Amino acid sequence: MLTYLRKRIIASALPLIVVIVGVFALARMTGNPAALYLPLNATETMREEFAARNGLDQPIWVQIAQYFGGIFRLDFGTSMRTGQDAAEMALRAFPATLQLAATTMIIAILLAVIVGSAAAMKPNGILDRCSSFISMTAASIPDFWLAIVGIWVFAITLGVVPTSGVVGAAAWFLPVATLVMRPFGTLVQVIRGAMVSALSEPYIKLARSKGATEYRVIAQHALRNAAAPGLTVAGDLTVGLVNGAVVVETIFGWPGIGKLMIDSILQRDFAVLQACVLLTAVAIFILNILIDVGYALLDPRVRPSAGARQRRKARAAQGPTQGEDEHQNQNGAPVLVMAETSKGSH
Amino acid sequence: MMTEILEPVSRTAPSQQAVLEVKDLDVDIRTPKGTVRVVSKVGFSARSGKTLALLGESGCGKSMTAKAIAGLLDPVASVAGGSAHLESHDLFSMTAKQRRSVAGEGLGIVFQDALAALNPVYTIGTQLGEAFRIHRGASKKQAKVEAIELMRRVGIPEPETRVNSYPHQFSGGMRQRILIAMAVALSPKLLIADEPTTALDVTVQAQIMQLLRSLRTEEQMAVVLITHDLAVVAEEADDVCVMYAGNVVEQGSVETVFNRPTHPYTKGLLSSVPADAHRGSSLTSIPGSPPELSKIPTGCVYQDRCPLASAICREQRPELRPTGPAQSAACHFAEQVSALDPQSEPVTGQDSER
Repeated sequence: MLTYLRKRIIASALPLIVVIVGVFALARMTGNPAALYLPLNATETMREEFAARNGLDQPIWVQIAQYFGGIFRLDFGTSMRTGQDAAEMALRAFPATLQLAATTMIIAILLAVIVGSAAAMKPNGILDRCSSFISMTAASIPDFWLAIVGIWVFAITLGVVPTSGVVGAAAWFLPVATLVMRPFGTLVQVIRGAMVSALSEPYIKLARSKGATEYRVIAQHALRNAAAPGLTVAGDLTVGLVNGAVVVETIFGWPGIGKLMIDSILQRDFAVLQACVLLTAVAIFILNILIDVGYALLDPRVRPSAGARQRRKARAAQGPTQGEDEHQNQNGAPVLVMAETSKGSH
Repeated sequence: MMTEILEPVSRTAPSQQAVLEVKDLDVDIRTPKGTVRVVSKVGFSARSGKTLALLGESGCGKSMTAKAIAGLLDPVASVAGGSAHLESHDLFSMTAKQRRSVAGEGLGIVFQDALAALNPVYTIGTQLGEAFRIHRGASKKQAKVEAIELMRRVGIPEPETRVNSYPHQFSGGMRQRILIAMAVALSPKLLIADEPTTALDVTVQAQIMQLLRSLRTEEQMAVVLITHDLAVVAEEADDVCVMYAGNVVEQGSVETVFNRPTHPYTKGLLSSVPADAHRGSSLTSIPGSPPELSKIPTGCVYQDRCPLASAICREQRPELRPTGPAQSAACHFAEQVSALDPQSEPVTGQDSER
């Protein structure tokens, strides 16, 4: 596990640096913040003073070097807009995004597993065709359109939910309903496909030959096998949400990281923008590790440790000079006494 | 290895020990081009403590027959007629729930490809214990104890530790043993073995067949063995049912059928076994190939490849009729078959041994 973590951290370091440098440079292309923060009739001296105060008078590579230096001291800069610590602002906004993402994904996964499994029971049946149409539509509706239509119908015409904010359960309805659509539609299709192929596997026949109920066959034997592709796609979709559901958060005034990012871009609040990007990058890194762990939990064949551990144990027991791997089958199962093991595997 | 003396079997009046009685079984498959009959008027019976072999080339309908009996047909296939009785249970008129209660308890099935048939994401112990969880309401702990016991019975070493292993951590032969253990877990009356050794090499094949044989004797199960291997039939089976293009063309005790085949197809199959008698000569084979199931001719199914075919064979499909004391064949010229092809001597069970 530690080896795995070390490998993952090393592998993620370079992309992370590239992202920071990229964001750093791109943000500064949006224009000089002085134009926003100083009065229109500001003098040249005022502008120079502003630049010097915010470190903007230095060449960009010096700025980048200083920024990286700051990261190692856990100093992510201060917001030009509020004067607060940038990292603190990002961290404060993040839970709102995480809550929204988690709620959305839990609902999307639950619904998709039910609808996808039901559709897979009879491929091309009426249920399958309905779910295919619904999921296709759900996955293709643009979220900004859905959000606005949602506000118009539920908030303005019916008046049952607020148009924006996070006060009360009703405020969750529109953002979650809008965000759920794409993950739901995509996952239904993935799970339906994976379930159709799992249900046609011989192990399903074996389960039926033991007298397993249809529920047991589907929920235990097929679903566990179909879960792996679902997990991959669900992971990608979650990454998209954690990254900040920028459009939806902005439309509904959801105080999450997506909205903070947009505000920082509009305000040329570089330090906050960089802190947001860094935070989501770390979150995605952790999420990917969780997905890997989930994969190993779901499918014993991708667990690296079981075989390796056994092999190490066997080697330790036999003494350090013993290195005959061919006495074990490919997965490191211990040597069996029967003659058939040597030839029987595959 | 056919050392035991076969008691005479009367085909017309099956003995009282008949565990499985199949009559006039028809199975259809729906294809985009229309319905195709893949099993037609198949009938046989299996007796407890005995092995019945369904013998035929791939595509002859033997596996489909077994799946129909086990209730495991793919959704595109369905039983179109006939009956199958497992003791007093009418298998084709059961509700899904009754069917589930028979599955495992009354009827066990051993699949061909053990790696594909075992669920890759559950431990062997979980899968072996499942039958006890479903039918006997066993707790997880009890099921595991039963699983270990089963593993011991089928000769898997170190069952206490191996019970927590996953299918991919076993060799092919061990996986097949596990499948067999699963099929016999609840001591069913009938065991269907669908090409249980096809995926294995010869030494392992022999071990697996020996295991099946000893379990059959211990449990007094009726075994239906599906195979294309003449040597396996000669060694393992008491009765044989030769299938061709979805039809039973000949059936009877292995001894009589293999010693004196009365259908030209059986004769052709036996002649193509490279036995000692043929050493030095070229291998014989049946000319042509089986008909496509969607284009089965009227009349005899074997007419296109048969050396005896004549006008009547093209018009009228021969019914199975007795051709000996424990034998019947579907051929208009069954009596002339033994005179066929004098250069090939009748191959007996003993001679066809590998």
